[in-house]
Amino acid sequence: MALPYDSAAKFAEYAHPEMVVTTEWVSRHLDDPDLVVAESDEDVLLYETGHVPGAVKLDWHTELNDPVTRDYVDGARFARLMSQKGISRDTTLVLYGDRNNWWAAYALWVCSLFGHPDLRLMDGGRAKWIAEGRPLSTDTPQRPRGIYPVIDRDDQQIRAFQHQVLDHLGKPLIDVRSPGEYTGELLHMPDYPQEGALRGGHIPGARSVPWSRAAAEDATFRIRAELEAIYQGEAGLRPNDDVVVYCRIGERSSHTWFVLHHLLGYPNVRNYDGSWTEWGNTVRAPITRGEKP
Amino acid sequence: MTTTALHPRLQDIADEFNAIPGAERLQLLLEFSRDLPSLPARYAEHPDLLEPVPECQTPLFLAVEVDQDAIVRLFFDAPQESPTTRGFAGILHAGLDGLSTEEVLATPGEFSSQLGLQDMVSPLRLRGMAAMLARIKRQIREQQR
Repeated sequence: MALPYDSAAKFAEYAHPEMVVTTEWVSRHLDDPDLVVAESDEDVLLYETGHVPGAVKLDWHTELNDPVTRDYVDGARFARLMSQKGISRDTTLVLYGDRNNWWAAYALWVCSLFGHPDLRLMDGGRAKWIAEGRPLSTDTPQRPRGIYPVIDRDDQQIRAFQHQVLDHLGKPLIDVRSPGEYTGELLHMPDYPQEGALRGGHIPGARSVPWSRAAAEDATFRIRAELEAIYQGEAGLRPNDDVVVYCRIGERSSHTWFVLHHLLGYPNVRNYDGSWTEWGNTVRAPITRGEKP
Repeated sequence: MTTTALHPRLQDIADEFNAIPGAERLQLLLEFSRDLPSLPARYAEHPDLLEPVPECQTPLFLAVEVDQDAIVRLFFDAPQESPTTRGFAGILHAGLDGLSTEEVLATPGEFSSQLGLQDMVSPLRLRGMAAMLARIKRQIREQQR
């Protein structure tokens, strides 16, 4: 049985209030057997230093990626992973993590490729939980195995591949990397080779909105009016635009995908997970340098 | 590719990692992060003396001192919320602090790949560790001039 939604007033403004819960909500429902809380961090050791009591760890690097091909796990692996974590298809899965929920949003996006029915992010993530003095545990949770069917991954709705981005040129693109990565100057720091791409700059036409602008000081999402001011006011998106977001490997842009799709309600937002490490290394892929889109 | 033998202290650390199953290696890395000494006052009060390592995915700063006997002292600063980066710094500290300049300079740049962590830690993070080592070596060479 799915858990009730969080009725916090801030969330009611969002297009999909059911996608977010407060730390308080999580705290109240921790013992509910239909809820699994999962921590997904940028730092792979952080969970081990202490986590929300009962929360399982979801590792973006070792568990959500295919170990050989640059791709996500397939349906069989995903089903196995979810079952091992004690997650069933009808489980309410609440994700949270470090760095403004950057990696938690990434994990949520990958789970969305498999259409997990009830996914939510804990607003403010790990930082807010700790700031509020809530308990942390280092115990490894023992959960009964989940029952998870093998579901084919759907790459058509929320994921974009390079050829699709080439077809998309001229339509709205959001580059969520730091300003230095966007202009292309970061590849040119003397003596400090940056990993990943041979060429610097951005996809022609992409607007720069660093992903973390969607987060307030306390790591929670900004309220809807502030998000609209950023993405519609500054970046010029119009309601119902078909949008592609990207970063370096598709993680930071998952956060922006979540904001645009679930908080602001854009129906068609795709995350280009090949992102700059693919684009900036591809022969003849068009690139724009500098501050202008 | 030439392989340079590791200093016995680093070799012991590498052996320790490789002797245990994958999941336990993260726990060991966590221990190294806990054992990383905090900065002495002369650096804690003057963070500008530390060199940033932007290749690490989280903030890391380091300082290298070479005394008149050519013994290397290493100092690292990384936030508690970045235990992986701290763990790498802890390994370098445990393995290299107190060795001679020659011994530190002889450490192979790809040392981080010998810890058996590739399957657990992203290559970008391991590259951060290689970057720390490269900067340590560069600082030693600069101080030798």
